[in-house]
Amino acid sequence: MTKVKTQSLQKKGSDLAQSNRQLEILSNGIFKSGELPTFKDKISETSQFPLKAKKLEILQINVGYMCNQVCDHCHVDAGPDRKEIMTRETMRQCLDVIKNSGAHTLDLTGGAPEMNPDFRWFVEEAAKVGIKDFIVRSNLTIIRANKKYYDLPEFFKKHNVHVVSSMPHWTKGKTDKQRGDGVFAKSIKALQELNAVGYGMPGSALKLDLVYNPSGAFLPGDQAAMEKDFKKALMEDFGIEFHNLFAITNLPIARFLDFLIASENYEDYMYQLVEAYNPSAVTNVMCTNTLSISWDGYLFDCDFNQMLELPVNSKSKHISKFNEELLEGRNIVISQHCYGCTAGAGSSCQGVVA
Amino acid sequence: MSKTYYDPADLRKFGNITEWNEELGNKFFEYYGKVFEEGALTAREKSLIALAVAHTEQCPYCIDAYTKDGLQKGVTKEEMMEAIHVGAAIKSGATLVHGVQMMNKVNKLDG
Repeated sequence: MTKVKTQSLQKKGSDLAQSNRQLEILSNGIFKSGELPTFKDKISETSQFPLKAKKLEILQINVGYMCNQVCDHCHVDAGPDRKEIMTRETMRQCLDVIKNSGAHTLDLTGGAPEMNPDFRWFVEEAAKVGIKDFIVRSNLTIIRANKKYYDLPEFFKKHNVHVVSSMPHWTKGKTDKQRGDGVFAKSIKALQELNAVGYGMPGSALKLDLVYNPSGAFLPGDQAAMEKDFKKALMEDFGIEFHNLFAITNLPIARFLDFLIASENYEDYMYQLVEAYNPSAVTNVMCTNTLSISWDGYLFDCDFNQMLELPVNSKSKHISKFNEELLEGRNIVISQHCYGCTAGAGSSCQGVVA
Repeated sequence: MSKTYYDPADLRKFGNITEWNEELGNKFFEYYGKVFEEGALTAREKSLIALAVAHTEQCPYCIDAYTKDGLQKGVTKEEMMEAIHVGAAIKSGATLVHGVQMMNKVNKLDG
Protein backbone atom coordinates (compact mmCIF):
# COMPACT_ATOMS: atom_id res chain seq x y z
CA MET A 1 0.00 0.00 0.00
CA THR A 2 1.35 3.40 -0.92
CA LYS A 3 1.06 6.45 1.26
CA VAL A 4 0.74 10.16 0.80
CA LYS A 5 4.04 11.69 1.80
CA THR A 6 3.84 15.24 3.02
CA GLN A 7 6.39 16.38 5.59
CA SER A 8 10.15 16.61 5.93
CA LEU A 9 11.91 15.44 9.10
CA GLN A 10 12.66 19.08 9.78
CA LYS A 11 8.96 20.04 9.68
CA LYS A 12 8.11 17.08 11.91
CA GLY A 13 10.69 18.32 14.42
CA SER A 14 12.47 14.96 14.26
CA ASP A 15 15.78 14.50 16.07
CA LEU A 16 17.23 13.19 12.84
CA ALA A 17 16.69 16.51 11.11
CA GLN A 18 19.75 17.61 13.09
CA SER A 19 23.03 16.79 11.36
CA ASN A 20 24.93 16.41 14.65
CA ARG A 21 22.43 13.75 15.78
CA GLN A 22 23.00 11.85 12.53
CA LEU A 23 26.77 12.09 12.91
CA GLU A 24 26.49 10.88 16.48
CA ILE A 25 24.59 7.78 15.37
CA LEU A 26 27.13 7.13 12.62
CA SER A 27 30.03 7.37 15.07
CA ASN A 28 28.57 5.42 17.99
CA GLY A 29 27.18 1.89 18.38
CA ILE A 30 28.81 -0.77 16.23
CA PHE A 31 31.55 1.62 15.12
CA LYS A 32 32.44 2.87 18.58
CA SER A 33 32.47 -0.66 20.00
CA GLY A 34 34.84 -1.78 17.24
CA GLU A 35 32.37 -4.37 15.93
CA LEU A 36 32.79 -2.67 12.54
CA PRO A 37 35.80 -0.59 11.45
CA THR A 38 35.32 3.13 10.97
CA PHE A 39 35.68 4.42 7.42
CA LYS A 40 38.94 6.08 8.41
CA ASP A 41 40.35 2.76 9.69
CA LYS A 42 39.12 0.93 6.62
CA ILE A 43 40.73 3.24 4.07
CA SER A 44 43.87 3.35 6.21
CA GLU A 45 44.26 -0.42 5.64
CA THR A 46 45.07 0.34 2.00
CA SER A 47 46.95 3.58 2.76
CA GLN A 48 44.17 5.68 1.26
CA PHE A 49 43.81 7.95 4.29
CA PRO A 50 43.67 10.91 4.16
CA LEU A 51 41.51 10.98 1.07
CA LYS A 52 42.67 13.92 -1.05
CA ALA A 53 40.81 16.09 -3.54
CA LYS A 54 42.21 15.92 -7.05
CA LYS A 55 41.67 18.37 -9.88
CA LEU A 56 38.15 19.85 -9.87
CA GLU A 57 35.99 18.40 -12.64
CA ILE A 58 32.41 18.71 -11.44
CA LEU A 59 30.63 21.61 -9.78
CA GLN A 60 27.43 20.40 -8.17
CA ILE A 61 25.17 23.25 -7.14
CA ASN A 62 22.24 22.68 -4.84
CA VAL A 63 19.84 25.52 -5.66
CA GLY A 64 17.45 24.75 -2.80
CA TYR A 65 15.86 22.06 -0.68
CA MET A 66 12.28 22.76 -1.76
CA CYS A 67 10.70 19.86 -3.64
CA ASN A 68 7.22 18.87 -4.78
CA GLN A 69 7.89 15.32 -3.53
CA VAL A 70 8.75 13.85 -0.12
CA CYS A 71 10.56 10.62 -1.02
CA ASP A 72 11.32 8.01 1.63
CA HIS A 73 15.02 7.79 0.89
CA CYS A 74 15.80 11.50 0.38
CA HIS A 75 19.22 12.41 1.76
CA VAL A 76 18.34 16.11 1.48
CA ASP A 77 15.16 15.76 3.58
CA ALA A 78 13.62 17.84 0.80
CA GLY A 79 9.94 18.67 0.53
CA PRO A 80 7.38 21.41 -0.07
CA ASP A 81 7.97 22.72 3.44
CA ARG A 82 11.70 23.41 2.94
CA LYS A 83 12.35 27.09 2.38
CA GLU A 84 16.12 27.09 1.78
CA ILE A 85 16.47 28.59 -1.70
CA MET A 86 19.54 29.95 -3.49
CA THR A 87 19.31 33.67 -4.25
CA ARG A 88 20.18 35.26 -7.58
CA GLU A 89 23.10 36.95 -5.85
CA THR A 90 24.62 33.56 -4.88
CA MET A 91 23.87 32.31 -8.39
CA ARG A 92 25.87 35.23 -9.79
CA GLN A 93 28.80 34.21 -7.60
CA CYS A 94 28.43 30.63 -8.87
CA LEU A 95 28.45 31.88 -12.48
CA ASP A 96 31.75 33.68 -11.86
CA VAL A 97 33.22 30.43 -10.57
CA ILE A 98 31.80 28.41 -13.47
CA LYS A 99 33.41 30.85 -15.93
CA ASN A 100 36.81 30.74 -14.28
CA SER A 101 37.15 27.20 -12.93
CA GLY A 102 38.56 24.20 -14.75
CA ALA A 103 35.42 22.12 -14.12
CA HIS A 104 33.97 20.50 -17.24
CA THR A 105 30.63 19.52 -15.70
CA LEU A 106 27.96 21.61 -14.03
CA ASP A 107 25.37 19.64 -12.08
CA LEU A 108 22.26 21.40 -10.73
CA THR A 109 20.39 19.62 -8.00
CA GLY A 110 17.95 20.26 -5.14
CA GLY A 111 15.16 19.59 -3.96
CA ALA A 112 13.51 20.15 -7.27
CA PRO A 113 15.88 22.70 -8.83
CA GLU A 114 13.10 23.91 -11.13
CA MET A 115 11.21 25.27 -8.10
CA ASN A 116 13.83 27.93 -7.48
CA PRO A 117 12.26 31.14 -8.89
CA ASP A 118 15.56 32.04 -10.58
CA PHE A 119 16.16 28.57 -12.01
CA ARG A 120 15.48 29.50 -15.64
CA TRP A 121 17.57 32.65 -15.42
CA PHE A 122 20.43 30.64 -13.96
CA VAL A 123 20.20 27.94 -16.65
CA GLU A 124 20.16 30.56 -19.41
CA GLU A 125 23.20 32.33 -17.97
CA ALA A 126 25.12 29.13 -17.20
CA ALA A 127 24.42 27.71 -20.68
CA LYS A 128 26.15 30.77 -22.18
CA VAL A 129 29.41 29.77 -20.48
CA GLY A 130 29.56 26.76 -22.76
CA ILE A 131 30.42 24.13 -20.15
CA LYS A 132 30.91 20.66 -21.66
CA ASP A 133 28.25 18.79 -19.70
CA PHE A 134 25.39 20.72 -18.11
CA ILE A 135 23.26 18.45 -15.93
CA VAL A 136 19.91 19.21 -14.30
CA ARG A 137 18.66 16.58 -11.85
CA SER A 138 14.94 16.64 -12.48
CA ASN A 139 12.56 14.48 -10.47
CA LEU A 140 10.27 14.19 -13.56
CA THR A 141 6.98 14.80 -11.71
CA ILE A 142 7.78 18.52 -11.54
CA ILE A 143 7.19 18.63 -15.29
CA ARG A 144 3.59 17.58 -14.66
CA ALA A 145 3.12 19.36 -11.30
CA ASN A 146 1.85 22.68 -12.60
CA LYS A 147 1.14 24.34 -15.95
CA LYS A 148 4.10 26.66 -15.50
CA TYR A 149 6.43 23.65 -15.73
CA TYR A 150 4.81 21.97 -18.76
CA ASP A 151 7.31 23.53 -21.17
CA LEU A 152 10.38 22.30 -19.26
CA PRO A 153 11.27 19.64 -21.87
CA GLU A 154 11.44 22.37 -24.53
CA PHE A 155 13.35 24.66 -22.18
CA PHE A 156 15.89 21.92 -21.40
CA LYS A 157 16.26 21.23 -25.12
CA LYS A 158 16.78 24.90 -25.96
CA HIS A 159 19.74 25.06 -23.56
CA ASN A 160 21.06 21.59 -24.37
CA VAL A 161 20.69 20.50 -20.76
CA HIS A 162 21.58 16.92 -19.85
CA VAL A 163 18.57 15.60 -17.91
CA VAL A 164 19.19 13.10 -15.13
CA SER A 165 16.07 11.77 -13.43
CA SER A 166 15.26 9.43 -10.58
CA MET A 167 13.28 6.30 -11.31
CA PRO A 168 13.33 3.68 -8.56
CA HIS A 169 11.66 0.92 -10.58
CA TRP A 170 9.87 0.14 -13.80
CA THR A 171 6.70 -0.84 -11.92
CA LYS A 172 4.12 1.44 -10.32
CA GLY A 173 4.05 -0.40 -6.99
CA LYS A 174 7.73 -0.03 -6.14
CA THR A 175 8.01 3.52 -7.48
CA ASP A 176 4.99 4.90 -5.62
CA LYS A 177 6.02 3.12 -2.42
CA GLN A 178 9.28 5.07 -2.36
CA ARG A 179 8.29 8.36 -3.93
CA GLY A 180 4.59 8.75 -3.16
CA ASP A 181 1.20 7.99 -4.66
CA GLY A 182 0.83 8.89 -8.32
CA VAL A 183 4.56 9.50 -8.88
CA PHE A 184 4.93 6.60 -11.31
CA ALA A 185 2.16 7.73 -13.68
CA LYS A 186 3.46 11.32 -13.71
CA SER A 187 7.06 10.17 -14.24
CA ILE A 188 6.03 8.01 -17.19
CA LYS A 189 4.16 10.90 -18.76
CA ALA A 190 7.14 13.23 -18.20
CA LEU A 191 9.53 10.70 -19.77
CA GLN A 192 7.26 10.38 -22.79
CA GLU A 193 7.25 14.18 -23.13
CA LEU A 194 11.04 14.29 -22.91
CA ASN A 195 11.22 11.57 -25.57
CA ALA A 196 8.80 13.55 -27.75
CA VAL A 197 11.22 16.50 -27.97
CA GLY A 198 14.14 14.14 -28.67
CA TYR A 199 15.52 13.39 -25.21
CA GLY A 200 16.88 9.90 -24.64
CA MET A 201 16.37 8.73 -28.22
CA PRO A 202 19.04 6.45 -29.71
CA GLY A 203 21.83 8.60 -31.14
CA SER A 204 20.28 11.81 -29.80
CA ALA A 205 22.62 14.46 -28.38
CA LEU A 206 19.86 15.35 -25.92
CA LYS A 207 20.99 13.17 -23.05
CA LEU A 208 18.42 11.58 -20.75
CA ASP A 209 19.78 9.32 -18.02
CA LEU A 210 17.90 7.67 -15.18
CA VAL A 211 19.02 7.19 -11.61
CA TYR A 212 18.02 4.04 -9.78
CA ASN A 213 18.36 3.79 -6.05
CA PRO A 214 16.95 0.92 -4.02
CA SER A 215 13.54 1.31 -2.39
CA GLY A 216 14.67 -0.26 0.89
CA ALA A 217 17.49 -1.51 3.10
CA PHE A 218 19.47 -3.25 0.39
CA LEU A 219 22.22 -2.35 -2.05
CA PRO A 220 21.66 -1.77 -5.76
CA GLY A 221 22.24 -4.70 -8.09
CA ASP A 222 24.58 -4.74 -11.06
CA GLN A 223 24.17 -1.45 -12.95
CA ALA A 224 24.41 -2.96 -16.44
CA ALA A 225 21.87 -5.71 -15.66
CA MET A 226 19.48 -3.19 -14.09
CA GLU A 227 19.81 -0.91 -17.10
CA LYS A 228 18.89 -3.80 -19.39
CA ASP A 229 15.80 -4.64 -17.32
CA PHE A 230 14.73 -0.98 -17.12
CA LYS A 231 15.15 -0.48 -20.88
CA LYS A 232 13.20 -3.61 -21.75
CA ALA A 233 10.31 -2.87 -19.38
CA LEU A 234 9.99 0.85 -20.12
CA MET A 235 10.08 0.21 -23.87
CA GLU A 236 7.64 -2.73 -23.83
CA ASP A 237 5.17 -1.15 -21.42
CA PHE A 238 5.35 2.54 -22.35
CA GLY A 239 7.52 2.95 -25.47
CA ILE A 240 10.05 4.97 -23.44
CA GLU A 241 13.71 5.39 -24.42
CA PHE A 242 16.59 6.64 -22.30
CA HIS A 243 20.37 6.54 -22.49
CA ASN A 244 22.07 5.30 -19.32
CA LEU A 245 20.98 4.07 -15.92
CA PHE A 246 23.03 5.11 -12.89
CA ALA A 247 22.69 2.76 -9.92
CA ILE A 248 23.21 4.72 -6.73
CA THR A 249 23.52 3.35 -3.21
CA ASN A 250 21.38 4.96 -0.50
CA LEU A 251 23.62 6.62 2.07
CA PRO A 252 22.62 6.23 5.71
CA ILE A 253 21.73 9.84 6.39
CA ALA A 254 18.56 11.95 6.78
CA ARG A 255 15.31 10.20 5.83
CA PHE A 256 16.99 6.97 4.79
CA LEU A 257 18.74 6.81 8.16
CA ASP A 258 15.40 7.49 9.83
CA PHE A 259 13.89 4.59 7.88
CA LEU A 260 16.81 2.27 8.73
CA ILE A 261 16.47 2.96 12.43
CA ALA A 262 12.66 2.80 12.53
CA SER A 263 12.63 -0.50 10.62
CA GLU A 264 15.48 -1.95 12.72
CA ASN A 265 17.63 -2.36 9.62
CA TYR A 266 20.40 0.08 10.55
CA GLU A 267 23.02 -2.38 11.80
CA ASP A 268 22.36 -4.91 9.08
CA TYR A 269 22.61 -2.18 6.43
CA MET A 270 25.92 -0.91 7.82
CA TYR A 271 27.20 -4.51 7.78
CA GLN A 272 26.18 -4.76 4.12
CA LEU A 273 28.03 -1.56 3.28
CA VAL A 274 31.18 -2.55 5.15
CA GLU A 275 31.18 -6.10 3.78
CA ALA A 276 30.79 -4.74 0.24
CA TYR A 277 33.64 -2.24 0.75
CA ASN A 278 35.77 -2.05 -2.38
CA PRO A 279 39.12 -0.27 -2.06
CA SER A 280 39.31 0.32 -5.82
CA ALA A 281 36.07 2.35 -5.59
CA VAL A 282 37.85 4.68 -3.16
CA THR A 283 40.25 5.77 -5.89
CA ASN A 284 37.46 7.27 -8.01
CA VAL A 285 35.01 8.31 -5.34
CA MET A 286 33.21 11.46 -6.50
CA CYS A 287 34.32 13.78 -3.70
CA THR A 288 37.82 13.67 -5.14
CA ASN A 289 36.82 15.54 -8.31
CA THR A 290 33.58 17.26 -7.27
CA LEU A 291 32.69 20.29 -5.24
CA SER A 292 29.22 20.69 -3.78
CA ILE A 293 27.82 24.19 -3.29
CA SER A 294 24.90 24.74 -0.95
CA TRP A 295 21.92 27.07 -1.47
CA ASP A 296 23.66 29.67 0.71
CA GLY A 297 26.99 29.39 -1.10
CA TYR A 298 29.03 27.20 1.24
CA LEU A 299 31.41 24.58 -0.15
CA PHE A 300 31.33 20.86 0.65
CA ASP A 301 33.09 17.73 -0.57
CA CYS A 302 29.76 16.25 -1.69
CA ASP A 303 26.01 16.75 -1.41
CA PHE A 304 25.91 14.24 1.49
CA ASN A 305 28.49 16.22 3.49
CA GLN A 306 26.44 19.29 2.73
CA MET A 307 23.41 17.72 4.39
CA LEU A 308 25.54 16.62 7.35
CA GLU A 309 26.89 20.18 7.57
CA LEU A 310 30.49 19.01 7.22
CA PRO A 311 32.17 21.90 5.35
CA VAL A 312 35.30 21.53 3.21
CA ASN A 313 38.59 21.34 5.06
CA SER A 314 40.01 24.44 3.37
CA LYS A 315 40.35 28.16 3.90
CA SER A 316 38.15 28.56 0.82
CA LYS A 317 34.80 27.75 2.43
CA HIS A 318 32.35 29.94 0.53
CA ILE A 319 31.64 30.58 -3.13
CA SER A 320 32.48 34.26 -2.55
CA LYS A 321 35.98 33.17 -1.50
CA PHE A 322 36.37 30.40 -4.07
CA ASN A 323 40.00 29.48 -4.66
CA GLU A 324 40.57 26.42 -6.83
CA GLU A 325 44.25 26.17 -5.92
CA LEU A 326 43.50 26.14 -2.21
CA LEU A 327 40.78 23.53 -2.66
CA GLU A 328 42.86 21.12 -4.74
CA GLY A 329 44.65 18.63 -2.55
CA ARG A 330 42.44 19.33 0.47
CA ASN A 331 41.71 16.46 2.84
CA ILE A 332 38.21 15.11 2.27
CA VAL A 333 35.99 15.13 5.35
CA ILE A 334 34.78 11.60 6.04
CA SER A 335 32.48 9.65 8.33
CA GLN A 336 30.79 6.26 8.22
CA HIS A 337 28.23 7.41 5.61
CA CYS A 338 31.14 7.34 3.12
CA TYR A 339 30.87 3.53 3.04
CA GLY A 340 27.83 4.14 0.81
CA CYS A 341 30.08 5.40 -2.00
CA THR A 342 32.61 2.56 -1.76
CA ALA A 343 30.32 -0.48 -1.61
CA GLY A 344 30.51 -2.99 -4.45
CA ALA A 345 31.15 -1.22 -7.73
CA GLY A 346 31.03 2.08 -5.86
CA SER A 347 28.43 4.80 -6.13
CA SER A 348 28.39 8.40 -7.27
CA CYS A 349 25.96 10.83 -8.85
CA GLN A 350 27.13 9.31 -12.16
CA GLY A 351 26.57 5.74 -11.00
CA VAL A 352 29.27 3.12 -10.44
CA VAL A 353 32.91 4.17 -10.19
CA ALA A 354 34.86 0.89 -10.07
CA MET B 1 25.18 -19.99 24.13
CA SER B 2 22.32 -19.10 21.82
CA LYS B 3 18.88 -20.08 23.06
CA THR B 4 17.58 -20.59 19.54
CA TYR B 5 18.81 -22.87 16.79
CA TYR B 6 18.91 -20.05 14.25
CA ASP B 7 20.53 -16.64 14.74
CA PRO B 8 20.22 -14.22 11.77
CA ALA B 9 23.71 -12.88 12.59
CA ASP B 10 25.14 -16.37 11.85
CA LEU B 11 24.54 -15.82 8.15
CA ARG B 12 27.34 -13.23 8.17
CA LYS B 13 29.63 -15.93 9.56
CA PHE B 14 28.94 -18.40 6.73
CA GLY B 15 32.43 -17.81 5.36
CA ASN B 16 33.90 -19.03 8.65
CA ILE B 17 33.24 -22.66 7.66
CA THR B 18 36.54 -22.50 5.78
CA GLU B 19 38.37 -22.14 9.11
CA TRP B 20 37.92 -25.80 9.97
CA ASN B 21 38.48 -27.11 6.46
CA GLU B 22 40.02 -24.54 4.22
CA GLU B 23 40.38 -26.65 1.09
CA LEU B 24 36.82 -27.95 0.95
CA GLY B 25 35.37 -24.65 2.18
CA ASN B 26 37.17 -22.68 -0.50
CA LYS B 27 36.19 -25.18 -3.19
CA PHE B 28 32.56 -24.87 -2.12
CA PHE B 29 32.56 -21.05 -2.21
CA GLU B 30 34.33 -21.02 -5.54
CA TYR B 31 31.72 -23.38 -6.96
CA TYR B 32 28.89 -21.43 -5.34
CA GLY B 33 30.13 -18.14 -6.81
CA LYS B 34 30.51 -19.67 -10.25
CA VAL B 35 27.00 -21.13 -10.20
CA PHE B 36 25.44 -17.72 -9.62
CA GLU B 37 27.34 -15.93 -12.38
CA GLU B 38 25.45 -14.82 -15.46
CA GLY B 39 25.35 -17.79 -17.85
CA ALA B 40 22.69 -19.41 -20.03
CA LEU B 41 20.39 -18.16 -17.28
CA THR B 42 20.52 -14.56 -16.10
CA ALA B 43 21.66 -13.78 -12.55
CA ARG B 44 18.08 -12.60 -11.93
CA GLU B 45 16.58 -15.95 -13.04
CA LYS B 46 19.07 -17.82 -10.86
CA SER B 47 18.15 -15.65 -7.90
CA LEU B 48 14.47 -16.58 -8.30
CA ILE B 49 15.31 -20.30 -8.56
CA ALA B 50 17.43 -19.97 -5.40
CA LEU B 51 14.55 -18.26 -3.61
CA ALA B 52 12.12 -21.06 -4.52
CA VAL B 53 14.60 -23.74 -3.43
CA ALA B 54 15.34 -21.81 -0.23
CA HIS B 55 11.67 -22.23 0.63
CA THR B 56 11.37 -25.88 -0.28
CA GLU B 57 14.53 -26.51 1.78
CA GLN B 58 13.03 -24.29 4.50
CA CYS B 59 16.40 -22.65 5.08
CA PRO B 60 15.84 -19.36 6.95
CA TYR B 61 19.32 -18.09 6.10
CA CYS B 62 18.76 -18.74 2.40
CA ILE B 63 15.30 -17.13 2.50
CA ASP B 64 16.78 -13.95 4.02
CA ALA B 65 19.68 -13.97 1.59
CA TYR B 66 17.71 -14.55 -1.60
CA THR B 67 14.87 -12.20 -0.69
CA LYS B 68 17.46 -9.45 -0.33
CA ASP B 69 19.30 -10.63 -3.43
CA GLY B 70 16.05 -10.50 -5.43
CA LEU B 71 15.30 -6.96 -4.23
CA GLN B 72 18.81 -5.93 -5.26
CA LYS B 73 18.15 -7.32 -8.71
CA GLY B 74 14.83 -5.47 -9.05
CA VAL B 75 12.69 -8.60 -8.60
CA THR B 76 9.13 -7.67 -7.60
CA LYS B 77 7.22 -9.24 -4.71
CA GLU B 78 4.74 -10.72 -7.22
CA GLU B 79 7.61 -12.51 -9.00
CA MET B 80 8.97 -13.74 -5.67
CA MET B 81 5.62 -15.16 -4.60
CA GLU B 82 5.10 -16.88 -7.96
CA ALA B 83 8.54 -18.47 -7.68
CA ILE B 84 7.68 -19.81 -4.23
CA HIS B 85 4.45 -21.27 -5.60
CA VAL B 86 6.49 -23.11 -8.22
CA GLY B 87 8.56 -24.61 -5.40
CA ALA B 88 5.44 -25.42 -3.40
CA ALA B 89 3.75 -27.03 -6.42
CA ILE B 90 6.73 -29.31 -7.02
CA LYS B 91 6.92 -30.13 -3.32
CA SER B 92 3.21 -31.03 -3.10
CA GLY B 93 3.31 -32.74 -6.48
CA ALA B 94 6.22 -34.84 -5.26
CA THR B 95 4.10 -35.90 -2.29
CA LEU B 96 0.97 -36.59 -4.29
CA VAL B 97 2.66 -38.50 -7.12
CA HIS B 98 3.60 -41.10 -4.48
CA GLY B 99 -0.14 -41.64 -4.17
CA VAL B 100 0.22 -43.77 -7.27
CA GLN B 101 2.60 -46.04 -5.35
CA MET B 102 0.02 -46.29 -2.57
CA MET B 103 -2.72 -47.09 -5.10
CA ASN B 104 -0.53 -49.74 -6.75
CA LYS B 105 0.12 -51.34 -3.37
CA VAL B 106 -3.55 -51.29 -2.36
CA ASN B 107 -4.52 -52.82 -5.69
CA LYS B 108 -1.90 -55.54 -5.32
CA LEU B 109 -2.68 -56.39 -1.71
CA ASP B 110 -6.41 -55.92 -1.66
CA GLY B 111 -7.49 -56.39 -5.24
